[in-house]
Amino acid sequence: MSFIAPDIPPADVFNRCVRCGLCLPTCPTYVETLVETSGPRGRIALIKAVAEGRLELTSPGFVHQMSECLDCRACEAVCPSGVAYGQLLEPARTQVQRAIATRAPWHIRALRWFLLDRVFSSMALLRFVAVLLRLSQQLGLQSLARSTGLLRALHLEDSEKLSPRISAHFFVPRDQRWPAEGKRKATAFMHAGCVMHVAFAGVDEATVRVLQKAGCDVIAPSGQGCCGAINIHAGEMDRGRELAKRNIVAFEGSGADVYIINAAGCGSTLKEYGHLLAGDAEWAERATAFSARVRDITEWLDEIGISPDLGPIERTVTYQDPCHLAHAQRIVAAPRRLLARIPGLRLREMPESSLCCGSAGIYNLTQPEMAARLQKRKVANILRVTPEIVATANPGCAMQMAAGLRETETGSAIAIKHVVELLDESYAAYKPSMRPEPASASSSV
Amino acid sequence: MRSEVSSSVLDELRGIAGTAHVLTANEDLLTYGFDGTWYERRPFAVVLPATTAEVSAIHKLATRERFAITPRALGSGLSGGAVPLAGSLILSIVRMNAILEIDEANHVAVVQPGVINADLQAAVESRGLFYPPDPSSYKQSAIGGNVAENAGGARCLKYGVTSNYVQALEVVLPDGKVLRTGGKMVKNVTGYDLRALFTGSEGTLGTVTEITLRLIPKPKFSRTAMATYERIDDAARTVTAVMAAGLIPTSIELLDNLTMQCVEEFSPAGLPLEADAILLFAVDGDHETVLDAEISEIDRIARANGAGDMRLARSQAESDRLWAARRVIAPALARKRPHRLGEDISIPRSAIPEMIARVRIIAAKNDVMIPVFGHAGDGNLHPNILCDRSDPEEMRRVREAAREIFEAAVDLGGTLSGEHGIGLLKKQFMEMDVGPEALRVMRAIKTALDPLGIMNPGKIFPDPGGIDAFTLPGVSK
Repeated sequence: MSFIAPDIPPADVFNRCVRCGLCLPTCPTYVETLVETSGPRGRIALIKAVAEGRLELTSPGFVHQMSECLDCRACEAVCPSGVAYGQLLEPARTQVQRAIATRAPWHIRALRWFLLDRVFSSMALLRFVAVLLRLSQQLGLQSLARSTGLLRALHLEDSEKLSPRISAHFFVPRDQRWPAEGKRKATAFMHAGCVMHVAFAGVDEATVRVLQKAGCDVIAPSGQGCCGAINIHAGEMDRGRELAKRNIVAFEGSGADVYIINAAGCGSTLKEYGHLLAGDAEWAERATAFSARVRDITEWLDEIGISPDLGPIERTVTYQDPCHLAHAQRIVAAPRRLLARIPGLRLREMPESSLCCGSAGIYNLTQPEMAARLQKRKVANILRVTPEIVATANPGCAMQMAAGLRETETGSAIAIKHVVELLDESYAAYKPSMRPEPASASSSV
Repeated sequence: MRSEVSSSVLDELRGIAGTAHVLTANEDLLTYGFDGTWYERRPFAVVLPATTAEVSAIHKLATRERFAITPRALGSGLSGGAVPLAGSLILSIVRMNAILEIDEANHVAVVQPGVINADLQAAVESRGLFYPPDPSSYKQSAIGGNVAENAGGARCLKYGVTSNYVQALEVVLPDGKVLRTGGKMVKNVTGYDLRALFTGSEGTLGTVTEITLRLIPKPKFSRTAMATYERIDDAARTVTAVMAAGLIPTSIELLDNLTMQCVEEFSPAGLPLEADAILLFAVDGDHETVLDAEISEIDRIARANGAGDMRLARSQAESDRLWAARRVIAPALARKRPHRLGEDISIPRSAIPEMIARVRIIAAKNDVMIPVFGHAGDGNLHPNILCDRSDPEEMRRVREAAREIFEAAVDLGGTLSGEHGIGLLKKQFMEMDVGPEALRVMRAIKTALDPLGIMNPGKIFPDPGGIDAFTLPGVSK
């Protein structure tokens, strides 16, 4: 069986691959396995083979490879021929998902249904689940569940370790408005994220404050929801499209200059709505217009310039590139430039900072073994530069690294923060008595 | 050679390398069936050994069971050398990827074959040392593959190719015996130079399992400049004039107008499209004043030979931009037409103007597009014939053009391949180039070392009525 319309991986994309192999050393699953089938060039060849009827869509190796790929897009960022790998993998995964959905083990199917079709489709339900999770965390029910073997029976042991500490309160978008400080430069609509707004509400709040400081009116439109990334990466493109349309409706017609997102994975998806809905005559144009306004928070702050009233943070910090910021959005320098602005902050580069940490949406659930290998590798790379803080820009990475660091003795003392949290802390540490920065600092790298 | 092996042979392979390191699934055979060319074949299995002993055991098994072995590193080659023919076993050496030693006293690095060229460069440069061979694939090609193909690169004008840096080798011979040749000593004329024999042997004489590479001190500074020409002949004359003046730049790269057009369409770099050709110069050394003097001398010579404009890169960023335009050529050409046949003829540099003139005639006569670029300083040019393999009539013209290019290169005192190797792509032209006697000696060496024909069959040697770049119906693009 070959691919069946809709969502067929486009031939003009896979035919661009000239098989030079430059992607291999950048691919996390290739560098872990050293097997070419587990590399981008190999996977493109497999997708092409299925498209041309030389390989079965449901063949075990193909199904495995479409699942083992992290969709981290590292290959795409280095490809000299411009193969848009994500445009191959996501439909291929959707094809596989449609063909084999009924064959997955019951607990995976149940979880997929619950998470993908229910929780991430409804922010109210997501918040309800989050409240339950917070309660169970407070009451220590998880350790009870663990000790009684309940989690093992539900195959949820690993996912429990990774589940985020739920914030004490949530950041619920209800059309709130926060005025710009000083001269107004722009109006920013804020996408609060789904995981972000319940597990990292503090990051959303820091984002608002830093945007205000940078001269932006900030509005958090109601009606927004999950960006659809979780669904799209899991091979549920149709559900992803529904979620995209909801966000387009919530944001468009607002007159906002930009749509700000502080989660790299979501930002990458929001920027690709144009592609996601390209085949839908009614929505294609609106989706493209929407995507054109999306900015990652670090990208936007770097672009418009930030307030210089930064106080000192005397800490050693290493920056971890989220795949969907570094590879999918090609934003590498902006977060580093922002961190370098903070007085006293010592930025130390870890090895392989842009090699995926293994988080990758629900990858922990679908490929726990590879996720754990990459998590271990990331933790080892972090520990090599002995930081006090790991800065990043995506909730998935933050959770994955926190879970990995907790397991080590030296790592458990390392804090994980979003870049905007550090900026926010730096503003809080500022005292007017501090001398203003020399003019040259604004151009420092 | 057998084209099929029994399941007990696969079990023995698993016993040698471990079950996890023997791949036989349909999907694995598919992804190990190609390299950077348009060929595609399927091996009967893939084995990924971790030690020389395991490689030796695999060779012994192949000898006993009479199956063929195609050694493979990262499969980025451009001559089809890593494509498995005749139901070969793919022997992937990528798990043998340790830098065993960087010996600063003796200026050598001892490495396993799976070490990626760029990783070695970074490792030695962190100690103030330098490994010059830099094939365009340096980020994704392994030293083992570089040795097998005797890879070159842009810096080879000044520093030489891979074989100039191979000081010792450990090779598993076809029958599984392990040969070590050379060492950390600089001078060594004891007996035949077996290092030279195995370097560039394209996996047909054995599997290289350890390499000792010569290193040099890292040059401290570099400069980049670009010269623009209304006539490509003037660019070619500049190359010979610069070298005749006693200058040895790190690189002199040539881009003709068609190449520049392709680059600008793919990834605009601000190249002067009104020019017939440009030359990119790089110089390196330890004294900035010397480099500045060299660049102004190159500037003077270029202008005296008809350069319209000369641009000196004022910053590292500007220099990087110019070299990025050079690096993007291959994918840019790939975008122009569905396929391309990339050649790498090598000629005496004095013959460059004549060669370029002949390529232009060949292109016009056969009605094909042939952009020319390459390492002009050392005479290693890359005429690329752009084509669509689905059009048999066009492919007949492409084949004719390729043959005429090879003939012209040989006629001008040059050769088929400067750095890619022969592999499958050029083997049918071997005799025309090396002549019957050299070919007979090469065959005699092959037969002496590999009487059963185990190692990488179907490569290098012409094969009457056999396959070549055009008759082998690659499955893929």
